[in-house]
Amino acid sequence: MTRTTIKGLLLASSILGTAGLAHAEDVTLTIESWRNDDLAIWQEKLIPAFEAKNPGIKVKFAPMAPTEYNAALNAKLDAGSAGDLVTCRPFDVSLELYNKKHLADLTALPGMENFSPVARSAWTTDDGKATFCVPMASVIHGFIYNKDAFDQLGIQIPTTEAEFFAALDKIKADGNYIPMAMGTKDLWEAATMGYQNIGPNYWKGEEGRAALIKGEQKLTDEPWVEPYRVLAKWKDYLGDGFEAQTYPDSQNLFTLGRAAIYPAGSWEIGLFNTQAQFKMGAFPPPVKNAGDTCYISDHNDIGIGLNTKSAHAEQAKTFLTWVASPEFADIYANALPGFFSLNSTPVKMTDPLAQEFVSWREKCKPTIRSTYQILARGTPSLENETWVESANVINGTDTPEVAAEKLQKGLDAWYKPAK
Amino acid sequence: MAYGETGRVASVRIVIVWGTGLLETDGSMSDALSVQDGKPTARRPKRWHILVFLLPAFLVYSAVMILPLIETLRLSLFNTVDGQPAFVGLANFQTLFGEERWAHDFWNALKNNVIFFIIHMCVQNPIGVALAAMLSIPKLRFVTFYRTAIFLPTLLSFVIVGFIWKLILSPIWGVSPWILDLVGLKSLFAPWLGKPGSALIAVSLISVWQYVGIPMMLIYAALLNIPDEVIEAAECDGVTGWSQFWKIKLPLILPAIGIISILTFVGNFNAFDLVYTVQGALAGPDGSTDILGTLLYRTFFGFQLQLGDRSMGATIATVMFLIILAGVSLYLFVIQRRMRRYQF
Repeated sequence: MTRTTIKGLLLASSILGTAGLAHAEDVTLTIESWRNDDLAIWQEKLIPAFEAKNPGIKVKFAPMAPTEYNAALNAKLDAGSAGDLVTCRPFDVSLELYNKKHLADLTALPGMENFSPVARSAWTTDDGKATFCVPMASVIHGFIYNKDAFDQLGIQIPTTEAEFFAALDKIKADGNYIPMAMGTKDLWEAATMGYQNIGPNYWKGEEGRAALIKGEQKLTDEPWVEPYRVLAKWKDYLGDGFEAQTYPDSQNLFTLGRAAIYPAGSWEIGLFNTQAQFKMGAFPPPVKNAGDTCYISDHNDIGIGLNTKSAHAEQAKTFLTWVASPEFADIYANALPGFFSLNSTPVKMTDPLAQEFVSWREKCKPTIRSTYQILARGTPSLENETWVESANVINGTDTPEVAAEKLQKGLDAWYKPAK
Repeated sequence: MAYGETGRVASVRIVIVWGTGLLETDGSMSDALSVQDGKPTARRPKRWHILVFLLPAFLVYSAVMILPLIETLRLSLFNTVDGQPAFVGLANFQTLFGEERWAHDFWNALKNNVIFFIIHMCVQNPIGVALAAMLSIPKLRFVTFYRTAIFLPTLLSFVIVGFIWKLILSPIWGVSPWILDLVGLKSLFAPWLGKPGSALIAVSLISVWQYVGIPMMLIYAALLNIPDEVIEAAECDGVTGWSQFWKIKLPLILPAIGIISILTFVGNFNAFDLVYTVQGALAGPDGSTDILGTLLYRTFFGFQLQLGDRSMGATIATVMFLIILAGVSLYLFVIQRRMRRYQF
């Protein structure tokens, strides 16, 4: 019994060994990723497009479960068994990999010039000198609305804060729809879809974010407290029992047509397109006064970097340059509506909702979520605290002022801005 | 409960016998020789099999329980200083209790954990005793059905329990607002899991629902163990009904209640899973359901953008260990010794 097993193993390894030799002329690059949802897109669209242009380089997309990715990737990198290319989470998780010399410096990579500093910020060292991942995609925040409901009630797309609340009042008075589908149970909805969605208009996007990191502004300053004041007013327009409403609840409320407005991230587009039976539209976070510059959260989500231990660094760089090209951006953004290319060359997308989202890049100034860069790495993490306090503000547990004070206090506990 | 007690004593004796057997194996070679020589000695033959049979359990237990425990205790005395792990003595504990934010999180978690425990003691165990007392009524029909039905949730995974109750209590799709509406009491419904004032109580009661079968089974077994003669003698003396329960049965099952209390204590202060599945790792709203287990999880493994801090995590784990150790010691050395036992 044992002998046959060993024989079988020997036989199998010899066959597999020669099979490996037969393809030895072709270099195979392996991509580590947490996006197992995207496997088909890589295999059917992206990889064939690359391989057609670059004979001799084969690419293998090897995704795993998102929750396991960070831990598994770390273990593989430490053991030296990770793939040649590594998809990068934004900010500190990847920065740590770069600091541990697991990710190569890609600042000089041809094609990197296609990305703006904001696009690169998620994968750049604090001093801005080295970039270690090629930005792939970002997600944009805004509001998705039920077009049928808006038409039926004769509501125009709100552009200012006052119009926004007037629209909500109108929906509420009509009573057929829940004005806004959002819950506070999962906490992050309140922070990500609420605070980070409308906030940039008040703290003026990058300007405020940079000032916060430099220590020139505090979270207790007006531009940071005001979005909380607006958020506190949302309470009256959310569904019954929103305190115990979870994220999937909110999604379902909207796609079932029971709610009129959904504070959204663009990643919802793919799902909503398949589930909603009504026409949808989108509008950017309303500005305070008509004519104000609008700011949107255009948050970097996925990048791709080079494993320093890769045996095929040159071929891998060829691939990365291709990822940085407009061609990749075009295929990727169209295959995954809602994940927008960070490439400076505009991408023509076919999905109308995705087009609407991405059109805001032209009229509004993009920024990333204020709590992600640098400020989330200490204890307490400002991002996690923002989840709790945003939910508290909407629930009425804390006033906007108290919430801001708590956040600033938590940040002061560990963060000393560089002078 | 005399049976259980004698059983325990007997098992202690066995261990002692095993112990001597193990000690004897030390001089095994000479003994083996003496047997070969054909001179029967008065000493017992070596019990190799005891050592051999104990070894796997000992190894596995050491590897998965003892070593990690020691390693955790050790880790709590270390921290990263200038990028290098260094011995810091009790500095981690100083941080945990001294720094305002850490202390706030810790005392908040401990307070919630105590409330969690009190609710279990005041709701789960009395209900368990009451159910067991009802099940042991001789005239009751469908005893097996009730017993199985009440015990069943204990066998369910906490993931399922958390999911079911989140749905039952959901203000949007849940059956609880609907049922309350049917009887015209909709106004009594609130999104309990989402309110800081009621979330901890709601989660505790879900846990009670899940685990009430365990005290019920243990007490039920203890009640069945009471000899009929005792009950008959009580009846001859005119002690029946409620007074029989209070004066005869309850004193006899007190040791079982003691064991249940200590099991509840250890279980509650180690709890994590249900809060994690129902309320998430941040144990919202506003940290109102944060117990020591969730605090430990967040600290040790990190959460979302917060990176894990192993040293502080180990520190919290050590404090949890000490709390549980103190509670169990208090029970073993103070309460259990004073408990009166009856020999039949």
